[in-house]
Amino acid sequence: MNSGKQYWRSLEERAQSKEFQEWVHREFPVDASIWEDEVSRRQFLKMMGASLALAGLTACQMPQEKIVPYVKQPEEIIPGKPLFFATAMPLSGYAMGLLVWSYEGRPTKIEGNPEHPASLGATDALAQGSVLQLYDPDRAQAVTEAGEISDWPSFFNDLDAAMADQRIKNGAGLRILTGTVTSPTLSRQIEAILRKFPAARWHQYEPVNRDNIRAGSQMAFGEIVEPVYRVDKADVILSLDADFLMEGPGRIRYARDFANRRRVRNGQTAMNRLYAVESTPTNTGAVADHRFSVRADEIEGIVHELSGGSPTRSWVGPVLRDLEAHRGSSLVVPGDQQPPVVHALVHALNHALGNVGHTIIYNQPVEARPTDQTESLRELVNEMRGSKVDLLVILGGNPAYDAPADIPFAEAMTKVNLRIHLGLYQDETSWLCHWHAPETHFLETWSDARAFDGTATIMQPLIAPLYEGKSVHEFLAAMLDQPGRKSHDIVRETWKLDDNRWHAALHDGVVPDTKSRQKNVTLRKFSAPSSPSHSGTEIIFRHDPGTYDGQFANVGWLQEWPKPLTRLTWDNAAWISPVTAHRMGVENGDVVELKYQGRSLEAPVWIVPGQRDDAVTVHLGYGRTKSGRVGTGAGFNAYTLRTADAPWFGGGLEIRKTGKHYPLSTVQHHQNMEGRDLVRVAPIEEFIRNPSFAHNEVDQPSLYPGYAYTDYKWGMSIDLTACIGCGACVVACQAENNIAVVGKEQVAKGRHMHWIRIDRYYEGSLESPDTFFEPVPCMHCENAPCELVCPVGATVHTDDGLNAMIYNRCIGTRYCSNNCPYKVRRFNFLQFSDIKTPSRKLQYNPNVTVRNRGVMEKCTYCIQRIESAKITAELQDRRVHDGEIVPACAQACPTRAIVFGDINDKASEVRQLKAQPHDYGLLVELNTRPRTTYLARIRNPNPEMKT
Amino acid sequence: MAQIFHPSTNTISRVSLFGALFFLAFLAWVVGAVYRSPYVTRQYAPIEQPVPFSHKHHVTDDGIDCRYCHTSVETSSFAGIPPTKTCMNCHSIIWRDAPILQPVRDSYRTGEPIKWERVDFVPEFVFFNHSIHIHKGVGCTTCHGPVGDMPLTWQATSMHMRWCVDCHRQPAEQLRPRSEVFNVNWQPPPNQAEWGEQLMKDYNVKSLIDCYTCHR
Amino acid sequence: MPSMPPPAEEPVVGPGYTYASVTEKISAIVLTRRTPRFWWAAFSTAFLFFLLLQVAIGYLFYKGVGIWGINIPVAWGFAIVNFVWWIGIGHAGTLISAFLLLMRQEWRTSINRFAEAMTLFAVACAGLFPLLHLGRPWVFYFLLPYPDTMRLWPQWRSPLVWDVFAVSTYATVSFLFWYVGLIPDLGSMRDRARNRFARALYGMLAMGWRGAARHWHRHQIAYLLLAGLATPLVVSVHSVVSFDFTIAIVPGWHSTIFPPYFVAGAIFSGFAMVLSLAIPIRKIYHLEDLITMRHLDNSAKILLATGLMVSYGYLMEIFTSWYSGNTFEQYMSHNRMFGPYAPVFWSVIFCNVLSPQVFWFKKMRQNIAVLFIVSIIVNLGMWLERFMIVVGSLHRDFLPSAWHMYYPTFWDLATLFGSVGLFVTLMFLFIRVLPMISISEMRELVGEKEEEAAETPAGGVS
Repeated sequence: MNSGKQYWRSLEERAQSKEFQEWVHREFPVDASIWEDEVSRRQFLKMMGASLALAGLTACQMPQEKIVPYVKQPEEIIPGKPLFFATAMPLSGYAMGLLVWSYEGRPTKIEGNPEHPASLGATDALAQGSVLQLYDPDRAQAVTEAGEISDWPSFFNDLDAAMADQRIKNGAGLRILTGTVTSPTLSRQIEAILRKFPAARWHQYEPVNRDNIRAGSQMAFGEIVEPVYRVDKADVILSLDADFLMEGPGRIRYARDFANRRRVRNGQTAMNRLYAVESTPTNTGAVADHRFSVRADEIEGIVHELSGGSPTRSWVGPVLRDLEAHRGSSLVVPGDQQPPVVHALVHALNHALGNVGHTIIYNQPVEARPTDQTESLRELVNEMRGSKVDLLVILGGNPAYDAPADIPFAEAMTKVNLRIHLGLYQDETSWLCHWHAPETHFLETWSDARAFDGTATIMQPLIAPLYEGKSVHEFLAAMLDQPGRKSHDIVRETWKLDDNRWHAALHDGVVPDTKSRQKNVTLRKFSAPSSPSHSGTEIIFRHDPGTYDGQFANVGWLQEWPKPLTRLTWDNAAWISPVTAHRMGVENGDVVELKYQGRSLEAPVWIVPGQRDDAVTVHLGYGRTKSGRVGTGAGFNAYTLRTADAPWFGGGLEIRKTGKHYPLSTVQHHQNMEGRDLVRVAPIEEFIRNPSFAHNEVDQPSLYPGYAYTDYKWGMSIDLTACIGCGACVVACQAENNIAVVGKEQVAKGRHMHWIRIDRYYEGSLESPDTFFEPVPCMHCENAPCELVCPVGATVHTDDGLNAMIYNRCIGTRYCSNNCPYKVRRFNFLQFSDIKTPSRKLQYNPNVTVRNRGVMEKCTYCIQRIESAKITAELQDRRVHDGEIVPACAQACPTRAIVFGDINDKASEVRQLKAQPHDYGLLVELNTRPRTTYLARIRNPNPEMKT
Repeated sequence: MAQIFHPSTNTISRVSLFGALFFLAFLAWVVGAVYRSPYVTRQYAPIEQPVPFSHKHHVTDDGIDCRYCHTSVETSSFAGIPPTKTCMNCHSIIWRDAPILQPVRDSYRTGEPIKWERVDFVPEFVFFNHSIHIHKGVGCTTCHGPVGDMPLTWQATSMHMRWCVDCHRQPAEQLRPRSEVFNVNWQPPPNQAEWGEQLMKDYNVKSLIDCYTCHR
Repeated sequence: MPSMPPPAEEPVVGPGYTYASVTEKISAIVLTRRTPRFWWAAFSTAFLFFLLLQVAIGYLFYKGVGIWGINIPVAWGFAIVNFVWWIGIGHAGTLISAFLLLMRQEWRTSINRFAEAMTLFAVACAGLFPLLHLGRPWVFYFLLPYPDTMRLWPQWRSPLVWDVFAVSTYATVSFLFWYVGLIPDLGSMRDRARNRFARALYGMLAMGWRGAARHWHRHQIAYLLLAGLATPLVVSVHSVVSFDFTIAIVPGWHSTIFPPYFVAGAIFSGFAMVLSLAIPIRKIYHLEDLITMRHLDNSAKILLATGLMVSYGYLMEIFTSWYSGNTFEQYMSHNRMFGPYAPVFWSVIFCNVLSPQVFWFKKMRQNIAVLFIVSIIVNLGMWLERFMIVVGSLHRDFLPSAWHMYYPTFWDLATLFGSVGLFVTLMFLFIRVLPMISISEMRELVGEKEEEAAETPAGGVS
């Protein structure tokens, strides 16, 4: 399939072309009359590959199906073959480059764009989930006026009237509120409006914003610059409360660069070293070689100590020496959550360490108009309260829900005469607006966005809008009296590219030479107004890994996705330390009252080893009241405690037990390894001393001759040193393999369906435990215990050594699962798959059967990709190349920890990895002979700090 | 005391006891037979189409190649059903007002596709790929029967898994040279057996009977 | 000198019974005596539970096995526990009727009939569960080797396939054995029945039995042959059932001691059930003279013996898990005794190891109340034992990350008690319409007694 990969050349003919529109109209239920009739629905199911309950209904006639061809076939579309389109996903304004699979005009699967600097071919869980958001039936489907269904014309009438008034007063009453804007087209349009209405204002607000970074560079350099890290060049990295592997616009790139410096192999033992100083457990801390737990407000003091102050902590000395020993190749990373002064001090520190220009460079800001967003919002609210605003246009975002608690946006906006919200959902904000206009999903429209390093991507639609949405560009065009102008033309106008360069840009997914220019900054003297260190229990705010700031709350995949550290699903929780829990006499799920700055909030607790006793961490993005069938009512809303002056942490939190209990669903109930040799770890010294410390090939003798795998011999290798436990693979697998979402109650019962899970174990003390991640897909054992016990041969071995699971033969005795020592098999205890919702069915991968009630399922190494690659190769009379088959998990992995391939191919990467001395198999003592093996985790602790 | 049963009862009971066994066996046989019968499989049953399209006419009389309409058969899993446009290529010139072609013209005018009846059906948990079969020298008629002689098209085989598996176990019996794949009048030579073996070597044909070959 | 029964031993038939009186006493229960109120009460209660079972099954087929508490890792729950339990109970019937027949244990006679019935009904209950627990019961026939259109066969290495054969064979043989034994009695019922319909019905079932010498001759041969066939099943069936576990690699399942230990357990629970049924019945129908203390006493002894075997099984499991040095096995044993399901383990110990020990004392064996209570306890204990094996082993196996608890739902319980309801319903129907004690064999017994009496002159000197 990959070799048949055919990028989109130019989409406009297609997206605009009459036949395509016709075809879309016919093919898509939501706006197609044809959907009503049973016949095409059947055909539709067939195209979805959705499994009708045919199996078993044997005594009746074979069903008679209809088959519906095109009238005029769009020439690019070959039925049954996927197309790939390059586009990008904007998150908080910053772009991540994507390649999207499309079957007969339906985007089904998101993958990273190797050409794109922020992706390098990988993605995170959010990007994987975004395709489900596209098909979300709860998305806003029509223009509504005060909740009543209306239409675009009447909306535009209203808008035009309001704009007319504004023209008279130069737009003195016009305010536009957006999120962070990096899109050249969007900013161009807004600037145009501002030119037209000089008195109008443009405000930006993101709940998860980069104010601290901006202010920090302002403080240090007197100008706003965008720090970009060259993690690939760093030998020693010190993270100061920064989860840089999981957060921020560069996270995926940084994770890859970080891992590339840790791929210990036979004879390749050089690796970087990471110190993580953090106030709450993060993935970055989990994979660090040294982790120090401090209060968030102590970080500033620590920076002072590092920049020449007198060390009060035992570890500061060694760390500093280590940094200095690597001048120019060390890197200090401040957390986005830390106040500006910390950023400023760290800039100075990196300067002092000679890292600037090597491991850290400063770029022109990527944002179109860098703003202190919190201030910008405060300003807007004050104006609204002062009734200075007559027309408020909110483009995306959900401020009524996520504005700081001490900036009463929702209340203030009621003072505005005409309030308009353009958004994907009818959310908390829309309900307070006169008009809600449905926005197009980023996969439905033309647009553009820039990555962390400024590289621009032109986003192209994968599908005509499912609902009657308009893109923000079309919306603004209407405000500029250019109604009906198409996004395509608007974007094209921004990029004055000739056809060839335009097509090239679309094809590659990046616009050449758009990187932001590097800036030579000079550190200026700045007085560091030390931010007040507070006393008492600390409250720490973080965005949720699954719902982000709340915008993904209605995406089932991301709700059910086990959060990397807690493995909690469907809820957020107040993280407390085991000691605190013991002191308060609370257990997981017991509800506590959090009192902070006179506001209070009730939340269930979750006991997190490594959490500080004097800190409670809460996650933003939950407690939505107007989200959708999935997101509404899940979790609690931490925004109600969050204030503008201390958006990320603050002191003086009171926590009180309420005696109430709230059930939380987790997928892992047992946190330690019970002394079993599951995750094998060693410091680099030991690896050098004894490279095969983890190796455990036990060759049990057998009376039977083993099977000779002469043709292909598929296998997988997972590098535990590289894995950062981000969980992108889990959602990628779910998207690729049509894995069902089962819901909170079923998860609590132990019936989640993920084919690959990331086990998380703790070892050592509860205060500062070592955290280990271990991805566990099907091991495809050569002696598979599951195969022996299946009474009907529904799970059998193939010639290339795969452990096949045949759904239509399975009768559901579940014996195979009992006998699977890895417990990677998943069972459809009920009808979990959604085979009813029409829009949901559009996402299903047509090459994978949708499993119905009563059958077992499990990881197949993405057999559909293997088979199509084999067929492609056979059609060209050749063997499958190494790397031609990439399973969804490996494809999504930011650190390339997962490698798949043919073990019989001498040159294959997987074979090289399995030949490594520290390669080991899980539970091989059971003589299962797993095809999935692991590379033991190697750590690089500072010899000076041996404990 | 009066007899409850008439003496004949003895015979009746004996007969019915033994008869029962045979009857059950017979019943089982009937079920099996019906399940394999064309009534259930729809084998050999010409299927009414919105337009009475005759493969016999187009293929045998006009000698149109399969690929003229089924364009993606060599490249994709799906052979492809011709869009109305393809019909109109000719029928805008010949038979342009033939009443039976009215649906085609309507479709072309309205953009409403013609809804053909599917002839060969595999359930959705079966993933069949046309291109690879063609490439390995499996002819159209091997599975679709004597299409050239079909005024209305019918399903030529039972489409039972058994039928697929038999060929997948012994491909040699069914292979033909690639050049002959689209020849509807192809007849296997007398020495098909060893010839097939040779083709298997030439085309690198393996006997694929892993479940994953078709079920994913 | 003919062997006199040792004085200590009570007779297996009360004194003063003749052919006529025996026949009369047994057949009257069905034909003449009016059905006791107790029967109606018990039957209707049981029937209610039977209805509950039907509701549970209906809902199960509508929704899927997800209505139960099962999950991953505990993919087998009540269904399999009940299956093993019922099959086990069945065994006592076969043992008594076939095995003891071959051993010429005359005391078996008066209890073998309903023991066999018990077997039949227990197997019927057991047979339900393998079907119900399937995720897709509508394709159960994939389990059978039949000429299909897919060129596929069952996977012969799987114990579940062996089960299909073991259980179906067991059901067939048990039925034949029971029915053949019934034929002469059906004859006498036909002759004694008054109303026409009953006579016709028994007549048909009697298959023209005339009690002619030839009939008796053949009947004896057939009966012995079937006994010969049934006896190995006592051992084989439950061994096969135990393979469901031993073949798997799950710690707590993968153990060579299972077959004997399961068979012993089966007989253990079976006899417990015999007692639980026999004691009330003999009381209600005043059969103290036919089901005498001798029977109860012997059954109690068997309970004690098999109880000890089972205890040995427990002991050996723990020993081997320790001795194996296998961390997973060791953890399993420890977890079984002190883990979340520890209460189950300790109740099993109490029910199956401690409680039968009272039968070392004759006094206890003679005490109806004690017998009854202990028999109930043992039944309970054996069910718990299967729960311990199935759930207790699955919920914590190899990878701690996958460990998960199992909690039964309402529907689990409904199915369990429903199946008990089905069992009792069938049992009471049987008591109502068929002679629950073998008339013909009792006649033989009486006959032997009379001969003995004739041989010894009154107050005979020796």
